[in-house]
Amino acid sequence: MADGGAADGQGIGARVLRKEDARHLAGRGKFTSDFRRPGQQEMAFVRSPVAHARLKSITKPAGHEAAVFTATDMPDMLPMRAPSRLPGYKAADYPALATEKVRFVGEPVAVCVADTRAEAEDIAQAVQVEYDELPAVVDMLAAKADDAPQIHEEWDDNLVMETFADDDFGKIADRATVVVKREYRMARQAMNPMEGKAVFAEWDDRADQLVMWTSTQVPHLIRTGLAEFLGLEQRQVRVIAPDVGGGFGCKALLQPEEVVAGWMTRHLEAPVRWIEDRREHLVTGANCREHHYHITMHATPEGRILGLDCDVTVDAGAYSVYPFTNGLEGAMAHGNLPGPYDLEVYRCRTQTMTTNKPPLMPYRGVARPGVCYAVEMTLDALAREIGVEAHKIRAMSMIKESALPFMSIAKKHFDSGNYAKSVEMVVDMIGLDEIRAAQNTPASDGRLTGVGMGSYVEQTAHGTSVFASWGVAMVPGYEQATVRLTPDGGLELRIGVQSHGQGMETSMAQMANEVLGIDPAKVTVTHGDTGLTPYSTGTYASRSMVMAGGATARACRVLAERMEIIGAHLLQCERAEVSVRGGKVVSGKGDVSFAEIGRVWYLNPDELPDDVDQGGVEVTMGYRPEPDSGAFTYASHACKVAVDIDTGAVEVLDYAIVEDCGTMVNPMIVEGQTYGGATQGIGTALLEESPYDAFGNPGASTFADYMMPGATDAPHFRIDHMESPSPFTEYGIKGMGEGGTIPTPAAIGNAINDALKSIGAEVNETPFTPRRVRAAIEAALKNRQGEAA
Amino acid sequence: MKSAKFDHQRTSSLEDALAALGGADGEARIMGGGQSLGPMMNLRLAQPDLLIDISRVSGLDGVEETAGTIRIGARVTHARIEDGEVPGVTGAYMRTVASGISYRSVRNRGTIGGSVAHADPSADWPSALLALGGGVVIAGQDGERRTSFDGFQTGPFATGIGYQEILTGVELPTLGADAKWGYYKVNRKPGEFADAIGAIVIGAEPRAVCGATESAPFRVPAIEEKLAGGVTELSISDARDMISAHDPGFDDYELQIHAVALSRAVGRAFA
Repeated sequence: MADGGAADGQGIGARVLRKEDARHLAGRGKFTSDFRRPGQQEMAFVRSPVAHARLKSITKPAGHEAAVFTATDMPDMLPMRAPSRLPGYKAADYPALATEKVRFVGEPVAVCVADTRAEAEDIAQAVQVEYDELPAVVDMLAAKADDAPQIHEEWDDNLVMETFADDDFGKIADRATVVVKREYRMARQAMNPMEGKAVFAEWDDRADQLVMWTSTQVPHLIRTGLAEFLGLEQRQVRVIAPDVGGGFGCKALLQPEEVVAGWMTRHLEAPVRWIEDRREHLVTGANCREHHYHITMHATPEGRILGLDCDVTVDAGAYSVYPFTNGLEGAMAHGNLPGPYDLEVYRCRTQTMTTNKPPLMPYRGVARPGVCYAVEMTLDALAREIGVEAHKIRAMSMIKESALPFMSIAKKHFDSGNYAKSVEMVVDMIGLDEIRAAQNTPASDGRLTGVGMGSYVEQTAHGTSVFASWGVAMVPGYEQATVRLTPDGGLELRIGVQSHGQGMETSMAQMANEVLGIDPAKVTVTHGDTGLTPYSTGTYASRSMVMAGGATARACRVLAERMEIIGAHLLQCERAEVSVRGGKVVSGKGDVSFAEIGRVWYLNPDELPDDVDQGGVEVTMGYRPEPDSGAFTYASHACKVAVDIDTGAVEVLDYAIVEDCGTMVNPMIVEGQTYGGATQGIGTALLEESPYDAFGNPGASTFADYMMPGATDAPHFRIDHMESPSPFTEYGIKGMGEGGTIPTPAAIGNAINDALKSIGAEVNETPFTPRRVRAAIEAALKNRQGEAA
Repeated sequence: MKSAKFDHQRTSSLEDALAALGGADGEARIMGGGQSLGPMMNLRLAQPDLLIDISRVSGLDGVEETAGTIRIGARVTHARIEDGEVPGVTGAYMRTVASGISYRSVRNRGTIGGSVAHADPSADWPSALLALGGGVVIAGQDGERRTSFDGFQTGPFATGIGYQEILTGVELPTLGADAKWGYYKVNRKPGEFADAIGAIVIGAEPRAVCGATESAPFRVPAIEEKLAGGVTELSISDARDMISAHDPGFDDYELQIHAVALSRAVGRAFA
């Protein structure tokens, strides 16, 4: 029986240094843009400069006709189609190159090829496109108007999807006498991985395959999508994600440029490459986070929250994205809005609207940063109204530890944890009492100090039943891992998920170490190549460590059993007398190294026992938690901010996090993921915004206009952990890749409103820019003057 | 994006550079550190036919102090100023300004001459130097001429430099030991371009500049008069009124942050 090698300090729970850092820190990573082939062609796209128009004509520049391609030239390239079985969902086909209409600024209209990107851009600049402009639908609320322009003529409105759950608020009316109503907006953003999208495609005649290196989180899904939309068999497509410089969700979808590159390399019979630049990324990638809320919280006079009533609007952009659709966000908002709170009544309507903006994609945290912000900001407004510290409202209203596992009012099956404890701990960490005492004396620099927090519970690693309920075409099932002993006793571990900054080459090796005791340095983790790894829906939804990690553990256990049979024979003892530990097969009589096992299986099979497993020392196993409704991570964040009331500028002075992601495989990676996520949350809270004018023109197309959080904007995060293992997963692991982003806008917004409470001002729209903070202050001052007069 | 096609001519002397400018067919642009023009060309916002590279032209990289004047060559980088190459009180003021320009990697390449000639209203030097006083040195086919910072910048990205001329340096007053100065920049985060600049220098006479506007930075005589009268504080509401008199086209928030910048610059001058 394999009981692993945790004793050597490199298994689950160890702060093993990341194996992949050696190459990255030395600049030796290999990214898609690093590939070169003789004769390769570079692609540049002609993109729509208008938000909504009929395409009248496209004129190719004289002398370059053969280098310019439009949808008309590519009849065998099908539009990307991502349907959903959600009731009433309207799926808008997403043509890789626009056909009759363009529906957002940046939509690809034509593609140009040349020896260099600069020359391809020269040609693109010379392509003449005539647009018959139509009025644009820019705002998701305006999209609902009866007389709003129609983006998809075959629809009778601009509604992509609606979810609705009603409830009887009469049940709580006599107890919930405090009713707090608020309105919130979260701005549209662009995800900004360090590496943008990048594609390198070539046709391999020997393998009869389209081979595509692409910067993606989901190589197997890209393969399936390419085959579908290019009319190939899936055996004819191999997708490889080499080193990938971050994704955050925007690389979990098939992109038009990938489809075009696949078509182009076949047509040109030459390798083709497209490297997205940051301007393309900021314009066509302004695709996430944009929500609007009307929310009403019902509570007792003491602050026990009993009911939530919410109207959510999601701006889904122009098309449905393959394969997860642009309806996921609304469905997730609906199911996650109640968060960790034990509600008696919950009414929620979500409306997902199509607009003339890039198609909505799931960004780290998916919908939850929005719903957490709406609920947690309203909760603090309630706290100010009844004069109770907000953390007390949280603690008294959260689902109790003793009630878990618990089916929430939104039908989420919470597994384990102590939500209120995380609140209590983070209140201590941030030093609430000291901050309250200091607030009574003005700061020397005239700024106002505020403290705020946010709590969430996050479904991670949710499986078949959950995705099937969302009706998307691609539902994850049993995640597989393959382990293979090498002849010299090393281990090859192959997983279908893709690591693009999560450190899985390390954490998965730690998992192998946990079962087999093998040194992680002797484990090669192969991922991101459809030719070498088991089919997987890929890396998203904080699923990889639970799913691929669980599969790895199971495959390693079977491998251990097979090695025990061989080892027992070599040690001349009974099977029951041996076990795998510390990278060896051990018995009371001695031990056999993995290298010895490998040598015998591969090179000296004459020494094998008769009862050897003929599957050998290579094992593929699948894994799915049971139930597969998800492992629920949770956390409470608290921060202290200073608000300059003259300029409206906000500085985060201190930031404390208490998180619980169950069993931690590598606490250092957990902390790094959390800090990175929270820094992105600071971007959402204070900096990042993709604004549009009334015509649908994007207002942020370079980093001069799109503010990203940098080193100077990230506070020194302080973190503490709780570890409540999930009863449903291998080793009790829960997913945690996304959570850092979720409560940050709420915590910072609450801290700002706490700082401004003496003025009576509240912010309610992200990012909380100096301009918006000043506007809130001005409005409150005017309001007061009005009252005084 | 990649730049449109252009010819590149590296010059080693001012004469060569001027000759290249004179002989250019189409639009020619002078490039020093390339920290502004480079990105603009990559975005194809600038598409010059000829790029005249003066990054190796000799004689433009010195800092010299003569009686009452400090001459700084156009090629002197922000980093060298940040590191203290400009002497005295003038240097102390300029160090503060330089250290707030973008990031060190940009300061290592970006030059004071390039910034003044580029005349981005949101950049630091156009406002900071207008407050300091002095002027620019411009070379042309007919030799050198000097012009004061007052009136030099005529609008956003527009100055009095002619098409056949090259800015070769700036000449700045040597501030006395009793001079006072304050510089305050409002921006979204460290290293970003300014949303508002207040610059106050009280040397031979007080100069107060409101910068990071839609157009050229401008002096605010009402503030200068107050300072000349011995006032050491400026309220935000007074600053709002004084700036408004110039009709700068600000909305309420822009007016507010420019007023804050000037108010705090005065505060820093007398801190």
